[in-house]
Amino acid sequence: MGEVAHNLQAPLEGFAVKDIGANCCAGGAVSLAQSSGTIADFQEFVAANPDAFVTRDEDGNALLHVLVEHMHCANCIRTIEATLKSNTAVCEARVNFSTRRLLLRWNEDLASASDLVKPVIDLGYALTPYDIEIMQLVGDEEDRRLLKALGVAGFAAMNVMLLSVSVWAGIFSADMGPSTRDLMHWVSALIAMPTVAYSGQVFFKSAIAALRAGRLNMDVPISLAVVLATGMSLSETIQSGEYAYFDAAVTLLFFLLVGRYLDNRARSKARSAAERLLLMKAVAATVIEADGSHRSVSVDAVTPGTLVHVAMGERFPVDGDIFKGRTTVDNSLVTGESLPIDTQQGNPVFAGTMNLSAPVQVLATKTGDNTLLGDIVRLMENAEQGRAKYVRLADRIAEYYAPAVHVLAALTFAGWWLLGADWQAALFQGVAVLIITCPCALGLAVPVVQVVASGRLLQNGILVKAADGLERLAQIDTVVFDKTGTLTEGRLDLTNQAEIQNADLDLAACIAKSSKHPLAAAVARMGTNTGMVFDVQEHPGLGLSAEAEGGEVRLGSREWCNVAVDMGDLTAGPELWLSQPGKKPVQFLFEDCLRHKAADTIAELEKMGLAVELLSGDRPSVAADVAAQAGILQWRASVKPEGKVERLSELKALGRTVLMVGDGLNDAPALSSAHVSMSPATASDVSQTAADFVFQGRSLSAVVEAIRVARFSHKLVVQNFGMAFLYNAVAVPLAIMGFVTPLFAAVAMSSSSLIVCANSMRLKVKEKENKK
Amino acid sequence: MTILLLLIPIALFLGGLGLLAFLWSLKSGQYEDLEGAANRILFDDDKQP
Repeated sequence: MGEVAHNLQAPLEGFAVKDIGANCCAGGAVSLAQSSGTIADFQEFVAANPDAFVTRDEDGNALLHVLVEHMHCANCIRTIEATLKSNTAVCEARVNFSTRRLLLRWNEDLASASDLVKPVIDLGYALTPYDIEIMQLVGDEEDRRLLKALGVAGFAAMNVMLLSVSVWAGIFSADMGPSTRDLMHWVSALIAMPTVAYSGQVFFKSAIAALRAGRLNMDVPISLAVVLATGMSLSETIQSGEYAYFDAAVTLLFFLLVGRYLDNRARSKARSAAERLLLMKAVAATVIEADGSHRSVSVDAVTPGTLVHVAMGERFPVDGDIFKGRTTVDNSLVTGESLPIDTQQGNPVFAGTMNLSAPVQVLATKTGDNTLLGDIVRLMENAEQGRAKYVRLADRIAEYYAPAVHVLAALTFAGWWLLGADWQAALFQGVAVLIITCPCALGLAVPVVQVVASGRLLQNGILVKAADGLERLAQIDTVVFDKTGTLTEGRLDLTNQAEIQNADLDLAACIAKSSKHPLAAAVARMGTNTGMVFDVQEHPGLGLSAEAEGGEVRLGSREWCNVAVDMGDLTAGPELWLSQPGKKPVQFLFEDCLRHKAADTIAELEKMGLAVELLSGDRPSVAADVAAQAGILQWRASVKPEGKVERLSELKALGRTVLMVGDGLNDAPALSSAHVSMSPATASDVSQTAADFVFQGRSLSAVVEAIRVARFSHKLVVQNFGMAFLYNAVAVPLAIMGFVTPLFAAVAMSSSSLIVCANSMRLKVKEKENKK
Repeated sequence: MTILLLLIPIALFLGGLGLLAFLWSLKSGQYEDLEGAANRILFDDDKQP
């Protein structure tokens, strides 16, 4: 076997090279698109707080679900699983190649999640932990029920069809005796009736619910057609009549269930966004009593005027002013600013932001729902309610289709009766119209396209969360981007590494390790671990100091390191200095880099005829700089969350339909008020929950791909509807005139459904062409 | 045509077997990773599942 597998390796390699333009699968996975990215990928994994996603199975083992990027072939599956299993703590590591997920089951006493996955990330597979509950498709329960109903209907359709074909053959060759035909009809009836009773429930229930609410939906004509066709056929069979529609009734059910099943799978469950947002808040606060003692209370119990102690690395539980102490605060979650802010006595802080460098005391001014975070939640709820409910294309058509069908069937019945047919024959024609107009092809037109499109997007790392997301995405004419974390990586990186000596960098990295400040973290990422240990002191707002052999080493701001105001590069953005006794200070420069292919993406979007805009909560100078780099002409800076929503409603008033792409908590209200929204997988939970699409990976080109697929899908859906109507235009007059026999109904219905499916598959063909 | 009395039940029985097989495969999760199964056949050491 070894040889066979070896031989197969060659074509696989060739394919992989063509596929992603990098040698992915040669000998185990080698690093991919960005070979230097593995450290950053690991940092991202840790930053995503994997422990929060760990669940437990009945044996007490830990369970973690992870999304895997850059997986391309059998070798990738094997490498990942083998790497994980080489760790003795792992009980199970199973890759699902279709959905690019990994299930990890291990003994938590022996290893932490981060330790386990580190070797895999080092191989070049970026991993993102995810919450299975959010990602799971709408009720598995419902899914299974539909699939069972579908299986039963499929079985019945095949067998009844088998019998029907014999009957039709008997009609043509005219040598089948009436008793044989009756036997066939009776057997068909025995198969069809239980099937209709079981598989038809899906439609009956929905139809009854709609009628109770005084509405008509597509399921009403479907239920009527199926029930009447079965009932009529049964009475024909009892009277030993020539025509029975059992085959039509069950094939109808079968095709419609296919459509319904696919549609159901496309909808995904998203928990209420607001509910998730509340989880971001700190749950407990440490209150300082009048006598100076500390007491831990629930956040809700804190009242304005209370003094609260916030330790380093904690989120602020309330809005308030710093009473004592000096620290740096990471506001990125709330304002979108990439740099933390030096905050001292008297400065305001906001609930939900992170205290980075030193413990402080805060005098609470606003608590509970009155905080800025509470305002954002409320803003988001309002935005969600304010957004006009989008009515899906298929539903809009159903609104007219269902009544029209009923009227037509009723008119046919009345017409035949008035023209002298007996009431049974007239009813027979009326039911024939109902059967012929039954919206098989219509029911398949949208779901099939949607499934093919979501599948294609999923392979590109884009998750379609809203069932009607693709439809809405196809309509947009404006794209609004957030800056930090969306256009940019949302992470500061060292830019002048080449100018810094390795020894200096390693020293700085060792010192920086002990700080949570993003600049320090960026330095720490770049250093090789030399094992030097220092006693590091953090001085909020200034920097770090450590005792080394020759004296005090300092890492921090210009003033902290006693560097002259005119030294080094002055124009660049954020900087750090390293000063060592007896040596020239070294400057470290940082930048929040643009995402991979950001500028290309913007250019591509504009080529597609879309207007592009940047809305940032950051300072104007930074926003202008990023806008220039990405090639965006329209930009606004220092926009508050409510400002973003306002701008979106302004655009809406101008008649524009907007796609909002954002990641921060401050974008969440805008995401839920935009026509359609998208957020990267690195975004805050809340934004991911609010967004209609979530894309993985570090490249922004996913936005273009999603829009392209959405537009092509829309084209296919319209074509499908066109075909379904064409079929009706031909078949309905024939049915009204009474030319429809069971044979004709079976052929016409099946062929229209198949044509619609085949047309939808073009999306898949086009994808293959793209890959070439 | 009396042979039909034998053939129709046989046909239905075989069809029913197919239906049961489908419901069983559905229950045992065989549709969860179609592409993965296609790739896993290339593994050649027996320890891999």
